[in-house]
Amino acid sequence: MNIDEALKSIADHFGSRILKVSKRSAKRAYVDIYPKDVVDVVRYIFKEMAFRFNIASAVDDFDGLEILYHFSYDASGIVISVRALLKDKEDPHIDTITEITRSAWWIEREIHELFGIEFDGNHDLRPLLLPDDWPSGVYPLRKNFVAQKRDSREE
Amino acid sequence: MSHKAHVPIGPYHPLQEEPEFYKLVVDGEVVVDVDVRIGYNHRGIEKISEAKSFDQSIFIVERICGICSSSHPISCVQAIEDIADITVPERALYIRSINQELERIHSHLLWLGLAGHFLGYNTVFMWAWKYRELICDIMETVTGNRQNYAMLKVGGVRRDIEKEHVPYILSRLDELLPKLDMLKGAVLDDPVIHARLKGVGVLTKDAAIDYAALGPVARASGIDIDARRDHPYAAYDRVKWNVITREEGDVFAKTVVRILEMYESASIIRQCLDKMPQGPIDSNPKDIPAGEGIGLAEAPRGECFHYIKSDGTNSPIRHKIRAPTYMNFPTFRETVIGQTISDATIILAGIDPCYCCTERMLIVDTKDKDLMNVEKLIKLSQDKTARIKEKMGIK
Repeated sequence: MNIDEALKSIADHFGSRILKVSKRSAKRAYVDIYPKDVVDVVRYIFKEMAFRFNIASAVDDFDGLEILYHFSYDASGIVISVRALLKDKEDPHIDTITEITRSAWWIEREIHELFGIEFDGNHDLRPLLLPDDWPSGVYPLRKNFVAQKRDSREE
Repeated sequence: MSHKAHVPIGPYHPLQEEPEFYKLVVDGEVVVDVDVRIGYNHRGIEKISEAKSFDQSIFIVERICGICSSSHPISCVQAIEDIADITVPERALYIRSINQELERIHSHLLWLGLAGHFLGYNTVFMWAWKYRELICDIMETVTGNRQNYAMLKVGGVRRDIEKEHVPYILSRLDELLPKLDMLKGAVLDDPVIHARLKGVGVLTKDAAIDYAALGPVARASGIDIDARRDHPYAAYDRVKWNVITREEGDVFAKTVVRILEMYESASIIRQCLDKMPQGPIDSNPKDIPAGEGIGLAEAPRGECFHYIKSDGTNSPIRHKIRAPTYMNFPTFRETVIGQTISDATIILAGIDPCYCCTERMLIVDTKDKDLMNVEKLIKLSQDKTARIKEKMGIK
């Protein structure tokens, strides 16, 4: 399966539920979807098309919080990233994909604590990296977070 | 009546003295549940990288880990090259491969030594770490550093491999290979090691796919993936080599995969030195445009993944880093449940976990508590080997 076949398969299966398909190169492509479709799209790519889940990553951008699910198909060396934009930065929500693959177990916990995105249906969103006494509502990878200087002499 | 006990381990890592916290729930000798807490040394490198220029971020990611100190930079430069469509000169690609493979041999030897130590084979530990020095010597000669080589830059490499270094590298490899044979024999032909590792901590193929396991952990469970072959980078598609796989998924299979991979690495280095063309080592790219890129590289522990998003300025607006242990570690839960506590250490070691950390102070209240510390756990594991030896009549 080369990248065109893979993108065609996704486009045929989901039709108008796919917002945009951008082929970046012969090995890389980005597929934009609505946040509500994430479970269906991820299940199709992971289970039906047998892609491997690389990782998810979030970006704090001007028009919202962007979450990307990266998948690779190792037999032909392609990476397809599924992008969903959460416009409400105050209360971002997306469905969990841990029901589909347990490999998303840690990364949802991590994005939850670093970006403040709620994964609906994931009941284990304990902190993974941050200390237990980290203040609530403070998300270090958001752009409005400014790290404090560790040494008071520098101030 | 069953009695469940909690065994806290950490936050020092039972294998490499890195801070991690495990809570094993045991029923008698058998592990029935496990919970892990990480982040004791989270350094926020993804956030730091957003404040650095693209050139600086390569040096930052090089310091994520002292063992994989060329895997993170190579993923990082490949992600940036993906954004800007930069072509890397041929000679630089070969140098990148040589650097990566030298790192793989030294990392696998380091692991083999530690695994030997946990089984009570301290001779294997001494040998493996002694012969690892041969590789560190090559690294020092070629790059100037034993670790943190600072070889990579966007568009090429920072240092050339000098003509007079080639015979030196070859002679060191010639010295290493007979030692590898000896280590391979000592480990793979030993009946006690078979008894300790075979059938222990089995990760099934289905579970490995579900957890998206990587590197030697996945390959030992019959998943034929290797980023060097599947997502060709550096000079791996220009030389002949094999991906080592095993079907069993136990700790023994993981050991076999790692040992045999060292031979493949040595073969790749020889072919690269032989085929490496003359020419420039750097394409000197200037600006990085707006866009996003993904870089993949096969670190000794599995695929290393970097996602970088640029807005056209000099620094990334997002730099996501995913180290291989991040995916491999959760498989520990799958493999350790149902096993005895004396095997827990070697099952964990089978993943070859790497947390890229330094130490951190902790106060433990030992009053009225029976504490299981690292020494006791290693002792448990070593005692089991001693019992097996006694049973087999080996002294």
